[in-house]
Amino acid sequence: MSEKQTPLRIDGYEEEIEAERYELREGPAYRFGVARRDLFRALGAGLLVVAVAPASDTRPAEAAAAPQQESGGGGGQRRGGAGRGAGGAPQEIAAWLHIGEDGTVTAYSGKVEVGQNARTSLAQAVAEELNVPLASVRMVLGDTDLTPYDAGTFGSRTTPAMAPQMRRAAVAARETLLDLAAEQMKVARGDLVAAEGKVVHAASQQARGYGELTRGQKLTKQIEGEVALTPPDRWTVAGKSAPKVNARDIVTGKHQYTSDIRRPGMLHGKVLRPAAYGATLVSLDASAAEKMPGVVVVRDGDFVGVAAPGSSHDANLALFALKAEWKAPTDAPAAKDLFPLLKQPTEGGRGQNDARGSVADGLASAAHKFERTYTVAYIAHAPLEPRAAVAEWGADGRLTVWTGTQRPFGVRGELAQAFSLPEEKVRVIVPDTGSGYGGKHTGEAAIEAARLAKAAGKPVKLVWTREEEFTWAYFRPAGVIEVTSGVAADGTITAWEFHNYNSGGSGLRPVYDIANQRCAFHPARSPLRQGSYRALASTANHFAREMQVDEMARAVKMDPLALRLKNLKDERMRAVLQAAADGFGWGKAKPAEGRGFGIAGGFEKGGYVANCVEVSVEPGSGNVRLRRVVTAFECGAIVNPEHLENQVEGAVIQAIGGALFEAIDFADGRIGNPYFSMYRLPRFSDVPPDMKTVLVDRKDLPSAGAGEAPMVALAPAIGAAIFDACGVRLRALPLAPKGVPKDAKA
Amino acid sequence: MGRQWGCDNQARGFTAGRVRAAEGGNVNEQSQKMEITVNGEKHQVTADPEQSLLTVLRDHLGLTGAKYGCGEAQCGACTVLLDGKAARSCVTPLSSVKARAVTTVEGLEKDGKLHPVQEAFLAEDAMQCGYCITGMIMTGVSLMNRNPKPTESEIRRTFEGNVCRCGSHPRILAALRRAAASGEAGEAAKEGAE
Repeated sequence: MSEKQTPLRIDGYEEEIEAERYELREGPAYRFGVARRDLFRALGAGLLVVAVAPASDTRPAEAAAAPQQESGGGGGQRRGGAGRGAGGAPQEIAAWLHIGEDGTVTAYSGKVEVGQNARTSLAQAVAEELNVPLASVRMVLGDTDLTPYDAGTFGSRTTPAMAPQMRRAAVAARETLLDLAAEQMKVARGDLVAAEGKVVHAASQQARGYGELTRGQKLTKQIEGEVALTPPDRWTVAGKSAPKVNARDIVTGKHQYTSDIRRPGMLHGKVLRPAAYGATLVSLDASAAEKMPGVVVVRDGDFVGVAAPGSSHDANLALFALKAEWKAPTDAPAAKDLFPLLKQPTEGGRGQNDARGSVADGLASAAHKFERTYTVAYIAHAPLEPRAAVAEWGADGRLTVWTGTQRPFGVRGELAQAFSLPEEKVRVIVPDTGSGYGGKHTGEAAIEAARLAKAAGKPVKLVWTREEEFTWAYFRPAGVIEVTSGVAADGTITAWEFHNYNSGGSGLRPVYDIANQRCAFHPARSPLRQGSYRALASTANHFAREMQVDEMARAVKMDPLALRLKNLKDERMRAVLQAAADGFGWGKAKPAEGRGFGIAGGFEKGGYVANCVEVSVEPGSGNVRLRRVVTAFECGAIVNPEHLENQVEGAVIQAIGGALFEAIDFADGRIGNPYFSMYRLPRFSDVPPDMKTVLVDRKDLPSAGAGEAPMVALAPAIGAAIFDACGVRLRALPLAPKGVPKDAKA
Repeated sequence: MGRQWGCDNQARGFTAGRVRAAEGGNVNEQSQKMEITVNGEKHQVTADPEQSLLTVLRDHLGLTGAKYGCGEAQCGACTVLLDGKAARSCVTPLSSVKARAVTTVEGLEKDGKLHPVQEAFLAEDAMQCGYCITGMIMTGVSLMNRNPKPTESEIRRTFEGNVCRCGSHPRILAALRRAAASGEAGEAAKEGAE
């Protein structure tokens, strides 16, 4: 049965994604749309604590600071918001925490788990303040029916913004339990101690479990003001390594990712993709597919999909039975034409432009001047679990979608718009997901699965193929970066002019203290769909900046570390550079023949990083191999040392790909390398045999996120080391997909 | 007619030959009743013999521990054991399985006891998102079935075909070293063979 209806409105489906998706700003104020009794109905009796935070704490800092950059989101009542606080500042409910009559502790956050171990670190925060064993805390994440509104899991905000809210809720719960215990035991509150899920009165040897204290009650507490949290130097649960809380489910295969979910009567979906970007459907013959038993074919405008019983193989058979004719545009740009395209001026873009001093004066006083151009290719997130969704329409017209996204509430909004539904008729549930790296901010698969499920009248699972993920998701932006700089004979950087075209504004400003500087970001019309990526533009901007600094150090015959320290006041930045250098033995030995050393550093989203690396460049082939990496990282007080080290190592290994060989090839409206057999990812042989991570723990500083910052300094450190090894200055990312070019100027 | 996207290289290869028959609407005629043995249990499956073992395990038998990652044997997320040896189930046609014993990650646990390789992954907390991990574990079990004391270079070589996009490689290597050092993986292989 083919279905023809009025064209589906799929907003956000075709739309170009912003260069800096994490600058999304949501509506100005919110109302708390859930009656407390509804929550108790869902959660059961007991104690409920609701943590209200200034809205700026639950949104990315960039967004709060840049209201003119409002995009996406839109108005409408957002469940979970709390309206404006007394001071007029927008406030939002960030988290809630429930203690059931049986003592079960459940904490709710709109954040999601994509491998960064937020489920573990947030549970640590709750366990700490509530004085319960870590294993007894259940975290409910990323479920639009059960958790408070959250803009999304991006921008490294979970640890700095969400964890303190979890702590506030837990502190308030603990204090309330102490009040209840004092009342019920008829003892002085000051003599009570909360520990291991119980309130204990030592003198009378009385103890009551948390659940017991709340029995038969429906207590709520809303906290808005300051709450004294345990300072990092007194942490006993956080600050220590705790293994991933659901690790056993992962190693046994019991954990259900979206793509593992099965629903009764479920069909398997496939979407017919256009033959090229921008192609329009000329004709479709679905007759063969329609004859297949149980197969549903949906055509709705240019959206064509099938749903089949059995398996995804059967859905493939139905997809292959479709005969489609497409008309593709003939003027699609190719990768080889990309960089001039990105430099074409655009209108109405939202650029950034900062200046201080006079670059002209600074250049005039320089002993050496440099005018350099760097380029950065599009790269793919390639999360190992491709986009997937399971969609199910209830008899009441309510839509439930399980999907792996970093923005459950954003995807709920996309679904509501696509199907003209009020948001409360849509529920998005995000199972712990097979990674994202900024690549899963959108709900394409969710919308497609929901469209198929609507036509089929049955639940539909849609799992994108690797080729679809490479082609129809979005990329880390490509870019051109032009840097003009000057350095005095003593190593003082006298002038700095920096222009980033298209790749973005994060990490745009130099970390160095330069009297004369101008930095600008110029948006461009990107030929490919682009969006957020782990550390995003910061990687590109750090690459250009640190490569330029290395070149200046060589010109004045200074050690690159010494030149950096000479131009750097930021103590935290200095400390990680020094820590990496110490860990590496920088300046103590010379590299062997064919080897080179490189150093680079930077900061991003509150985290400070420095890398020292050793590479080898093979004579003949020019193949570059990373032999040794030391990474020093500091992000304030460390929450979970093992998981932090895992994040830092992971960021460094992922960064190897973008630094040395990852690049998206495209022409004629198609991706040229949409398979793992054609797009090279870092593999075990790329992992340097000698990897060292130095974590700098600053218990005196608030914890920042760590998912992004550790990846930004690797590429320029490798670039500097390649120069050190063979005298070739490479200025394009990836640096050496086919080795250091033989014809490159030494 | 343009090339149809939305289907893997590999799946395209599988299906190309099946489509002609399917176009006539007789897709069911391609399905055959077959018996396969998975985790020591016999299953009757009615399915296209050319379909991948991965889709049979996941969609017909509900064993979702083996994951789809690429569909072209490039990432190792779908790794299962065939007669104790690692195989990429995404490119293994059902028809080729025949009487060979299939082991998935769900079949490693014995009497509530995890396989030593699983224990080693837990001990090293060797995972981030975890999506590649069942494939890593199955590859590790296969390696230690064959060679309970692999060297570092044997380990690295064996795992070159397994992708971890999160970059948990150092921990995965540590887990494999731990499993190799304990010697228990070899014991488990012997028990499994008995």
